[in-house]
Amino acid sequence: MTDHMPRVKKETKNKIRVEFERTSLKERLKKKFLSATFFKDVVWYIFRLLLLIGIAFVVLQPFYTMITQSFMAAKDFADPTVAKVPRQFSVDIYRAVITDLHYLGVFFSTLGLSLACAILQTASACLVGYGLAKFKFRGNKLVFFAVILTLVIPHGTLQAAIFHRFHNFDILGIFTFLSGGAKTGIAGIDKILAGIKVLNFPEGISMRNTVWPLIVLSIFALAFKNGLYIFLMRQFFRGVPDELEESAYLDGANTLRTFVQVIIPLSVPMMITIFLFAFCWQWTDDFYLKLFHPTEQPNLMYNLIPTRIDQVASLTTQYTQYARSDAGYMKAVQYGAGMLACTPLIILYLFCQRHLVQGIERSGIIG
Amino acid sequence: MTNQVDTASMPVANTKKPVKKTKIASLDRRKARAGWLFVLPFIIGFVILYVPIVFESIRYSFFQLDRMTGQEVFAGWANYHDALFVDASFVQTLLTGLREMAFDIPAILIFSLFVAVILNQKMVGRAAFRAIFFLPVVISTGLMENVMTSSYASAGTSMDSGMEATASDRVASALALEELLMGVFEGLGFGTGMVTYIVNAVASIATIINRSGVQILIFLASLQSISPAIYESCQIDGATSWETFWKITFPMVSPMILVNGVYTIIDNFTTNENSVMVLLDEKFVEDKYVSSAMGWMYLLVVLLIVGIVAAIFSAYVFYQRRD
Repeated sequence: MTDHMPRVKKETKNKIRVEFERTSLKERLKKKFLSATFFKDVVWYIFRLLLLIGIAFVVLQPFYTMITQSFMAAKDFADPTVAKVPRQFSVDIYRAVITDLHYLGVFFSTLGLSLACAILQTASACLVGYGLAKFKFRGNKLVFFAVILTLVIPHGTLQAAIFHRFHNFDILGIFTFLSGGAKTGIAGIDKILAGIKVLNFPEGISMRNTVWPLIVLSIFALAFKNGLYIFLMRQFFRGVPDELEESAYLDGANTLRTFVQVIIPLSVPMMITIFLFAFCWQWTDDFYLKLFHPTEQPNLMYNLIPTRIDQVASLTTQYTQYARSDAGYMKAVQYGAGMLACTPLIILYLFCQRHLVQGIERSGIIG
Repeated sequence: MTNQVDTASMPVANTKKPVKKTKIASLDRRKARAGWLFVLPFIIGFVILYVPIVFESIRYSFFQLDRMTGQEVFAGWANYHDALFVDASFVQTLLTGLREMAFDIPAILIFSLFVAVILNQKMVGRAAFRAIFFLPVVISTGLMENVMTSSYASAGTSMDSGMEATASDRVASALALEELLMGVFEGLGFGTGMVTYIVNAVASIATIINRSGVQILIFLASLQSISPAIYESCQIDGATSWETFWKITFPMVSPMILVNGVYTIIDNFTTNENSVMVLLDEKFVEDKYVSSAMGWMYLLVVLLIVGIVAAIFSAYVFYQRRD
């Protein structure tokens, strides 16, 4: 027993210093750094880092291509030795996009539309998600099923009907009825109905070439991927303990006040996530805008990126001495416009991305 | 809470004050009414907009435009017949689309789970990597998707050579890569099918990465909800990280594999890039009646696949009991 007791070297009131046999530093380092585990850790660390950098490269590479090629000067397009990095730096394309394609006007009108749609979609997804998560009423499951249904049926399948519905917008035939446009097929009744002239929309209100269809769809949580937003909000609210609301009720708050003063402040990260999705997806949307604007092109972001060669040819750039119908030049203009279109989104994303994982994490999507 | 009050006040309510019982019942009803109020925006929209739109779309698929009178006439199953047997490209495109889907979905699921597991480990620069990986979720959608795809295609070639050179260069480099990979994997003794799959996955890695943002997000969230205590006890018992992954991590995230699988299928077939959606778009301009019929058939096929996948996955899903 006493053999193994460490020898006391020095003892004071608070400290004690003892002497015991310890493996030498060299031995310890050897054990630590020459072992199989350490080697495996290092290999894994390097492999992981390389893999992540590789994936990050694949994600960022299009931005690199877009930036470098859009800054090329007119001479560089004719120079076969210029491949990736511009030899002569020029902001010619950007100047052309900003002035000739009226970037600022496009920017503000898209900002207005995207903000309006994103706020409406976040609000309605929040309300519906809360109703589905926290209230047991008859038909709850059915409504949830309907939400999933709107997510599953692609809008491409419905596009003909969506177009028709908003071209002659009507709520259950009320507008047509009040304008005397309703028809039953019986001559006598039709005559009486034709006499009703409270409003003047015999074929419904035409929302053609306006952005109202998007606003209406956003209010009713039926726009692009809104089913997903409702689903995420519902999962989030299910993770919020009931006791919070019960204590608010006991303190005399009604349902609405509880929702506004207790639940909303809790769910800010999740709402930011949904707002980010809604805003960005509206910003880059071209499907709905094309569908709702069959003839008249609106002054919105999807119009900024030229798709035809004649749109590019009309730009006032230094590129005049070379063939303007060159596909490479058109691509460069597309990249320049694309960079201008997505820079606001990247800035917004950098501010919001912290909440993105946090919001999904807290959503308790597991349950 | 309401239940407790209910049982406690029952005898009182039965003998003296029946008023009390109705009061409690009305609280429940009031809550139910509040619930209806909250979901009202969706219900109104669903009833006055969505249901009519869906019915109209179904109606289109059974009608045709009479070219003489310009009126819609009932056509029975003619549109469906046309789509299946007369239209040259529909069945072909549908089959190709389904084959693409069968290839994409496992690749996206495996890739996103793998990346989520890596991003969940502690390391330098994790936040930066996360921020980069989720960038495609918000940026490369809709109109940016086209621009981005074209910038992949032109990477590494000179601008003035134009599109043709780009495409041929790409094919050449892809072929060289393919041959190399083929050689390596066949040397290792994999089957030909497996080799083709891996080679295709490598060739389309950009698409896979761009499409798996939401899936990585969902897997990451579910990984972070696994209690560290479980991993700790595994470590104490001497499990290797390989064993820990298959015995702990995989079962714990398996519900999310189901969710992600279904999400990927739906996302994949509603994206405008999908070859069937491109065909539907073209057909919509030409003949909206036949295009509606095609759309509904496509939807039914995909719902069938979703059902089969969900049934297969849910047989293997592990749910942790939370008491």
